[in-house]
Amino acid sequence: MNQNNVIIQLENVVKDYRIGSGYFRALKDFSISFGHGEFAGFIGPSGSGKTTALNIIGSLDQPSSGTCLVLGENISTISHRQAANLRNHQIGFIFQTYNLLPVYTVYENVEFPLLLLGLSDTGRKKMITEALEMVGLTDKIDSRPAQLSGGQAQRVAIARAIVKKPALILADEPTANLDVKNSHNILELMVKLNRELGSTFVFSTHDPKVISYLQRIIRLEDGRIVSDQPQKQEL
Amino acid sequence: MIRFLLKGLLRDRSRSLFPVLSVSLGVAITVLLHGWLNGVQQMMIDTNARFQTGFVRVMSQAYAENEDILPNDLALLHSDSVLQDLHSRFPDWNWHPRIRFGGLIDVPDNLGETRAQTSVLGWGLELLHPTLPAAGEYYTSEKAIFNFEPAMVAGHLPEKPGQVLLSYLLAEDLALQPGDTVTIIGSTMYAGMAVQNFTVAGFVRFGIQALDRRVLIADLADVQYALDMENAVGEIFGYPGDALFIGDSLRAMAGRYNNSQPQDNPFRPMLVALPDQMGLDQLLDIYDIFSFVIIFIFLLVMSIVLWNAGLMSGIRRYGEIGVRLAIGESHGTIYKHMLYEAGLIGIIGSVSGTLLGLSAAWYLQTYGIDISAFMKNTPMMIQDIVRARITRFSFIIGFIPGTGATILGAAISGLGIYRRQTAQLFKELET
Ligand SMILES: Nc1ncnc2c1ncn2[C@@H]1O[C@H](COP(=O)(O)OP(=O)(O)OP(=O)(O)O)[C@@H](O)[C@H]1O
Ligand SMILES: [Mg+2]
Repeated sequence: MNQNNVIIQLENVVKDYRIGSGYFRALKDFSISFGHGEFAGFIGPSGSGKTTALNIIGSLDQPSSGTCLVLGENISTISHRQAANLRNHQIGFIFQTYNLLPVYTVYENVEFPLLLLGLSDTGRKKMITEALEMVGLTDKIDSRPAQLSGGQAQRVAIARAIVKKPALILADEPTANLDVKNSHNILELMVKLNRELGSTFVFSTHDPKVISYLQRIIRLEDGRIVSDQPQKQEL
Repeated sequence: MIRFLLKGLLRDRSRSLFPVLSVSLGVAITVLLHGWLNGVQQMMIDTNARFQTGFVRVMSQAYAENEDILPNDLALLHSDSVLQDLHSRFPDWNWHPRIRFGGLIDVPDNLGETRAQTSVLGWGLELLHPTLPAAGEYYTSEKAIFNFEPAMVAGHLPEKPGQVLLSYLLAEDLALQPGDTVTIIGSTMYAGMAVQNFTVAGFVRFGIQALDRRVLIADLADVQYALDMENAVGEIFGYPGDALFIGDSLRAMAGRYNNSQPQDNPFRPMLVALPDQMGLDQLLDIYDIFSFVIIFIFLLVMSIVLWNAGLMSGIRRYGEIGVRLAIGESHGTIYKHMLYEAGLIGIIGSVSGTLLGLSAAWYLQTYGIDISAFMKNTPMMIQDIVRARITRFSFIIGFIPGTGATILGAAISGLGIYRRQTAQLFKELET
């Protein structure tokens, strides 16, 4: 892995959650790096620290100790404002529970990140249409999230994550609520995006379907990395 | 961006319509309550001023000391010149001389024998020939002050000497009709017996229980004649002819007038201000404290309710806020937007609530609500109509809970965005 190519680097990261008067250590001496354009995922049993790791990489959470560099920013010391700026410009999130904004239409949900970036009307329209075409939802533009199926909602969430063509996309169990067919569709889509946009994907999952698509599998147990292996793709 | 957020706000009625409605309602009740408390106080003052105390009242110093027993033997002499003097010194005021007296009313049957007899409170008012011209536009005549027009239940006002009005309850008790003759038995200014026949001109109902029970109203000249009080009156009631004023300015007026009188004469005229009569100032003070406490408690409760509503809506939205943070909005921007939103809701709710409350208060101020059914047995000078009074403060009081508390609630719950790790905010949504 070329050093210049590294966009995420965690070194000896520890994450403690406060529970009552004590602490629970969710990540223990956690060191890992990801290069540009990777399609990788954390796997492992429930409670092993997958979401915690993704949240720290995505600057939604801060490590208790250790360093975490993401796209040139130090997550441990970054300010609220800088973190927001980083997420705004560089990171797309896909959540297990979609987390669409219920009062807005499909179009508006996808539009939101672009509004934050301050893009012009026409620029936004082109990018939104493009993103919705990619996920195959151009016919649902004016629907509200409540009117969508789980697979459709997840595809909107993906469109929202990719619309600004971020350098890094973090997906936390993106297929947990989808059937087999939808899961494959979405994964195919992500692979395509990975190739076409060159975005780096980091997943958290225990879904075998997802795992079969990953190029790199990082197995966590009890807050530690127990294995980190490339996977040959049968294309 | 702001347009985008407004769109969301308008679509989510649990964030826009319902908060606005609850703020409006709370504010309307606050404004109405405040107006009503004001109205009750104003009504108390006005009723007392009309029938008991005037805004100021002039009596002989000796009469004033014993006024409970209506001591007409201590009445103000040379009342004409006292009136002229008052008129020239306070030309903006209306001055109305009155005599109040206790007596018996005797109703003869057709043989001239007593059919019924009861005690009455008599009022001598200048109904036929006012001594002084009206000054200003308020309280210009006794007819205006007693508001006889709507109070007439039967018959008519006295049109010539020898006619009296009776309160309708008294007329009912004595089974009298307009046109009947009654005899009034009282005592003269010199402690002799006074007996005089009158014709009943009509019946009145003031809506003030104490006045509707057993009152007889006659022209002042008739009463002076009957009680042998030539050029003497018990009291002279003073009313401002222009804007209503009260309190210290009345006291200052009393001070000036009284200092100009010879101090050693017990029959010298003495001018007493409304708040210095019948313990009214204490009553008004107590009332002020009482209404302050009520308004304060109400504002507190209302503020807590609205503050809590602001708090709840903030907490309910942690999930949404988490998403917005994840997408890259900064904490500061979201917090600012929450405050704008609360401010917008608060202001719209306060404005509409204030309008609503003011309309209701205006209705009460203009038309009032009849509560006579609840007031049957009170001897107090309380009018049967509940009224409100709108003051300058009515326009702003609703904004304390309406806008202040709503923003405060949002400001405090919004701090939760900062206190928690961003990732935590999702958990609020997921669980
Ligand atoms: N806010 C928190 N406070 C306390 N403990 C927490 C908190 N968040 C996570 N944990 C604990 O940290 C550990 C790792 O949690 P995490 O969510 O990263 O697991 P995960 O690997 O994503 O599990 P799953 O597959 O079930 O999503 C768990 O044992 C969890 O109980
Ligand atoms: Mg998880």
